[in-house]
Amino acid sequence: MDLQAIWFFLWVLLWAVYFVTDGFDLGIGSLLLILGKNNEEKRIMYNAMGPLWDGNEVWLLTAGGVTFAAFPLVYAVMFSSLYSALMLILFALIIRGVSLEFRNKVANPRWQKLWDTCLFVGSLVPALLFGVAFANIFRGIPIDAKGVYHGTLFTLLNPYGLLGGVLFLLLFLVHGSIWLAVKSEGALHERGSEMAQKLWPALLTVAVVFLIASGFSTQIYDNYLAHPLLFVFILITVLALFCIKVFLVKGSYWKAWFSSAITIVGATFYGFIGLFPTMFPSSLNPDYNLTAYNASSSSLTLTIMLVLALIFVPIVLAYQFWAYKLFKGKITREDLAYEEAY
Amino acid sequence: MDVLLLSRLQFAVATFFHFLFVPLTLGLSVLVAIMETRYVKTGDETYLKMTRFWGKLFLINFVIGIVTGITLEFQFGTNWSRYSAFMGDIFGSLLAIEALGFFFLESTLIGVWLFGWRKISKGAHAIVMWLVAFASTGSAVWILTANAWMQHPVGYVIRNGRAELESFAAVALNKTGILMILHTISAAYILSAFFVMGISAYHLLKKQHVAFFTKSFRLALVFGLIFSLFEIWEGHLHGRDLAENQPTKLAAMESHWETSRNAPIYFFAFPDEAKEKNSTAIGPLPGMLSLLAFHRSDAEVKGLKDYPRDERPPVLISFGAFRLMVVLGFYFALVTLWGWFKKNRLVESPRYLKLMLFSLPLPYIAAELGWILAEMGRQPWIVYGLMKTRDAVSPLATSQVTVTLVAFILLYGFLGAVGYFLIIKNAKKGPVAD
Repeated sequence: MDLQAIWFFLWVLLWAVYFVTDGFDLGIGSLLLILGKNNEEKRIMYNAMGPLWDGNEVWLLTAGGVTFAAFPLVYAVMFSSLYSALMLILFALIIRGVSLEFRNKVANPRWQKLWDTCLFVGSLVPALLFGVAFANIFRGIPIDAKGVYHGTLFTLLNPYGLLGGVLFLLLFLVHGSIWLAVKSEGALHERGSEMAQKLWPALLTVAVVFLIASGFSTQIYDNYLAHPLLFVFILITVLALFCIKVFLVKGSYWKAWFSSAITIVGATFYGFIGLFPTMFPSSLNPDYNLTAYNASSSSLTLTIMLVLALIFVPIVLAYQFWAYKLFKGKITREDLAYEEAY
Repeated sequence: MDVLLLSRLQFAVATFFHFLFVPLTLGLSVLVAIMETRYVKTGDETYLKMTRFWGKLFLINFVIGIVTGITLEFQFGTNWSRYSAFMGDIFGSLLAIEALGFFFLESTLIGVWLFGWRKISKGAHAIVMWLVAFASTGSAVWILTANAWMQHPVGYVIRNGRAELESFAAVALNKTGILMILHTISAAYILSAFFVMGISAYHLLKKQHVAFFTKSFRLALVFGLIFSLFEIWEGHLHGRDLAENQPTKLAAMESHWETSRNAPIYFFAFPDEAKEKNSTAIGPLPGMLSLLAFHRSDAEVKGLKDYPRDERPPVLISFGAFRLMVVLGFYFALVTLWGWFKKNRLVESPRYLKLMLFSLPLPYIAAELGWILAEMGRQPWIVYGLMKTRDAVSPLATSQVTVTLVAFILLYGFLGAVGYFLIIKNAKKGPVAD
């Protein structure tokens, strides 16, 4: 593999890790008003993401930074053409982030309701829009030779784009429900587990529809048909999706969560394996496609970054793993009594 | 308004707002780490209470800095796509180092610090805060290195119509960058010291939690004094660097029109940009500008008239921002020096305490003025001498940017109001009683 190909897959991997880590935060936030029946339960949901959400969100920043660094032209065209969608995501993530920190700072039900609403909207909007954006990338974006976007926010809300949005939302909802089941006890734990099981058939259906629709709306199967061995990736993803159900029924929530994580990684890679080496296809003319080869940084920059990534990513993974281990326990009523609790 | 102006305004709003919170993160993390270390070493419970109290204010401030930072990174792509494509090869790698090397550490460990009180040992908990402080400073170092490249581009070669990296070492060790790092981090430490002194003064004036806030005040005073003095010397080095690398900025901030030897400094001047002269100029100190810029009073300093009109920065803004920043800088050194002699009888010095309470916002103003000078003084260039701001903006519709600009102002206005409401509320409440 050459540098561009390595960075193409590292780039996809960063997005995938972001969706795995922050995905359960977005899922829990979107379910806050449904699963949290009272103040205590809502607080347990907040504290289930408490120590981790901030570190999770940095994967997004890194994915963005790496797009900028390794593929500046993709960064420039992707972010300016998806302007409105991306701004909506950023505003949502802002209100989501501060909700966590602010909610429990004032003991007033109206104040808390305000931040509950912000957390809900701030989680639901990105969960949906990330899916819409990525599905549209799989499908192709109306950009011309100069990378100028010919469309509006509503251009992105086509049926296939929306289907991608629903798929991502369901993935995150399931992922979040399982995390809640892992992190809570009693009624809330039961509700998290039930929600994951209730949503699972819907997720399966949408995933199957998405796999079929991709055959009509995108060209991503070209790569798969050229190298049939690649279908193994789809197979693994679908297997992981079934494992979620199996482990949920067994009550093995950590295993169910890891299965859900693999499903999310698989869903992110699925489209980009099909697109490779294209990163940002144009729906107007394939000559305008931005690829890992025509949009990348210089070899020197790619090499320096690869060395840095090889040094730092394992370190980051090590201390994030440590943090996850440190906070793997269930959130209890006693935890809520501490001054620092959300 | 056109997309260029709207995008500039939007970036200005986003940066100014972000920078209301970042300096306090940089400085207060160090102060809290010092407090916690003293607690671990001495076992003195007051230091634990200090860690908790200042830590709480730190966290409210921290989260706003974090969430507003993400929009900044993404705005390079959304609003300045031509610029991103032009210099992503250089800028992007710096941002990536910042994220992978430091921002991850800061964001992961802040969660460990906040929720880890009973999960890790006291010593480890204090080390975590030091790592948070180290990582936030490290983040700032790389962001400023990236900004320094825009002020004084080095280590690149123009190839394929863009700036490509030629020497990573040259970019990372850019002298302008090192000066900006020292300047900005010192400013952040001064701001944090005044934040702690201001809030401590509030409580000391009310004679409540006297031991607690006297300790806090003294710690911050030492910190503030050291960095206020350092900043004056460092600011001077900065000026010399500008004379060499950004002559138009130096000329604009001194309102210096004609290239001359024995170039003067004015206490006050009102530049008339149309007539290319100062309509009012009070108290010229002949030769002073030459002396400060080149260490020789007869050195030649380039004037604005040597540059085409469309390559000059806005003079009045640069001049005004610089003057006010310098005055404030000297003020910080003076009041902290004065504080040194008051530090043993703070409670008996209500006038001094009142002064320090009302001085709390001043370093914020100075910090923002510094950014106005850095960014406006670089205009019309986005990368000095290489790319003009007007050539950098994304091909967006006016309506899109209008909507997001309004949304930014509303959202940030709301966020700022809530954030400062919470900071003030918790600051006034004081430490939790036993």
